[in-house]
Amino acid sequence: MKRRNLLKSTLSAAVLASVAAGAAWAENPVLKIGFVGVTSGPAAAWGISNQRSMETRAEWINEIGGYKIGDTTYDIEIVSFDDQKDPKRAVAGMEKMAQEGIHYVVGPNVDDGAAAVRPVAESNGIMYFPYAFPKSLYQAPASNAVLGMVANYQSGPAIYKHLRDNNGVKTVAFIAANESDPLSQRDGGVEAAKALDLDVVSDSVTYQVDTTDFTPVLTPIMRAKPDLLVLSGVSPANAPQLIRSARELGFSGLISTETAQDAQVLREGAGDMANGFISVGGASTPEIASDMMNEFVERYTDMFGEYNDESNTKVYALEYILETLKANPAAIDDVEAYKVTMDTFEAPNPYMQGDAVLKYVGDFSFGQKRQVAVPLVVNVYQDGAFETMFIAEVD
Amino acid sequence: MDQIPQILANGVYLGAQYAMIALGLTLIFALMNVLNFAHGQMYVLGGFVTYTIYGAWGLPFVVALAMSCITLAILGALIEKYLFAPVIKKSARDESTMLLAAAIAFLLDAVILLVFGEKQRGVPKLVDGTTILGDYTLVIANDRILICLLAIASIIGFISFMQFSKTGRALRALAQDRVAAQLMGVNVDRYSMIGFALGAMLAGLVGGLLVTITGINLGMGGPTSIKAFMMVMIGGAGVISGAIAGGIILGFLEAAGLALLASYGNITYLLIFVSLMIFLAIRPQGLMGKPWG
Repeated sequence: MKRRNLLKSTLSAAVLASVAAGAAWAENPVLKIGFVGVTSGPAAAWGISNQRSMETRAEWINEIGGYKIGDTTYDIEIVSFDDQKDPKRAVAGMEKMAQEGIHYVVGPNVDDGAAAVRPVAESNGIMYFPYAFPKSLYQAPASNAVLGMVANYQSGPAIYKHLRDNNGVKTVAFIAANESDPLSQRDGGVEAAKALDLDVVSDSVTYQVDTTDFTPVLTPIMRAKPDLLVLSGVSPANAPQLIRSARELGFSGLISTETAQDAQVLREGAGDMANGFISVGGASTPEIASDMMNEFVERYTDMFGEYNDESNTKVYALEYILETLKANPAAIDDVEAYKVTMDTFEAPNPYMQGDAVLKYVGDFSFGQKRQVAVPLVVNVYQDGAFETMFIAEVD
Repeated sequence: MDQIPQILANGVYLGAQYAMIALGLTLIFALMNVLNFAHGQMYVLGGFVTYTIYGAWGLPFVVALAMSCITLAILGALIEKYLFAPVIKKSARDESTMLLAAAIAFLLDAVILLVFGEKQRGVPKLVDGTTILGDYTLVIANDRILICLLAIASIIGFISFMQFSKTGRALRALAQDRVAAQLMGVNVDRYSMIGFALGAMLAGLVGGLLVTITGINLGMGGPTSIKAFMMVMIGGAGVISGAIAGGIILGFLEAAGLALLASYGNITYLLIFVSLMIFLAIRPQGLMGKPWG
């Protein structure tokens, strides 16, 4: 008998607890924002920094009572899907988002994934924010993709010009992984370098994505003795190894890339040999970061144990989505309304000091506003941290 | 012509590390007829253990390396005792163990992501400096020379262990004929577990050594397993000397291809795979394998 009572009490407590939890959860309606990107395998760092940035910001918003859009305050829920850097999986991920009624998705992280999801996004009324550079995604007739960062064809020419004018760079060599993103970035870089009258002394050397030892790969380039070695589209995992191998082979010139990197990864993987390495930094370096950005970094670190410098840029996509919805609540279920709002949208940039604003750009590069405006921050790695080399505006 | 010293140096270094990676895989295959798809993940785990102890906690490298070996040996023993041994006893189908190995690979990937995170990790160099001979005819970092020598010493140590110790003789007997070994009094279950632990330990050892050069990240497991399979197929599955030969051949092919064919784009691996297909069509058992298994 006693045992039956105990069972009854336990069951009642469980039911009450679930009802209470449901009631608490039901305080605010939930706004789901999707993420489709790579969170496993060699490029996992790219997608995980996206996902964790979104989760950190969503938890922060929910903790302070939700996000007000129109007359309704929403709790934010992040729905994530690991596409394993496989376009087929990316399509499956975008289909899952459509099935869940999600209209705003961050990702995918790479060119082929972003191209593959386009038909699914367009036919299901989904706006998506890829970290991929093909212009066709952002030029008419395409209209559902919004570039979530600075493209290499925007940052590359600025970096090469700066180094030509200030560091006397005359010769350049390019190296890229043998896959679509880095190869297309290399081709864009070669074109930009030639347009600046730089002498491209090597542009054919490539490496397998899974290469771990770069000394044999870099040996032929070192013989060309370039002033600048460009690591086109290099992943944070490969950058320190490439730098280290180049320095060990006696290369004393400049090394740069147009992708974002992580200072701790560089410090651990290449140590002092990474000093002077130039990369496109996160959009909120210490010089320009606001208090809110600093709090975001603290919260991210508390949640996941370690911050990722790439999140300086990746914090923005979710903020753009929410602020644009706030500007036009009708867009919550209607991406056409969202597109109309994009043309005139402006809101204070909470992650930067001063009077910086969130706005959509892209008229120059794409013929329509299909890029988030984040500052182009070019960094130099020095003794374990990034120092700002110069800041510019894109588009 | 002036590239030859550099190609040879790169080939010796790559060959030594590849041979070490392939050794553990071929040992497990020889003993248990198991294609251990999780070998690469074991290598990655070994690298992360060394990273944590040497890189993050600052303890001596030797301690970290020993802990990588011990951790992987224990993990290997547990995996064999509680996963592979029961499956092998219950199922005569080879694909059962293959599926189990693949599942373990996915599990280890997930565990590594949870415990060590998604970032590339690296540790301080063991020795600084670079050796330069001639007018940059040969350039090789001193830590690579050290790791290469340690890898060669480890291979010699492993061969000596297999050749001269009681356990090594029992393992070789098991690999040659499981039933005959049992009839001769070899405790098959116990030595299978020891063999698997030894194979996993080798993965941990090479992971611990190479983290000082290449660093380590979550995604290295799968590609490492594929390369290890290639080496084993070249040398002959289940043959220790074959794995070493396969590793050295792959190392030299890579070094030569990357140096001499650089201007043609990334065709080195294309040619290696085409050569491997032709080679296996002619000699499917590999260089030192036997046609009957």
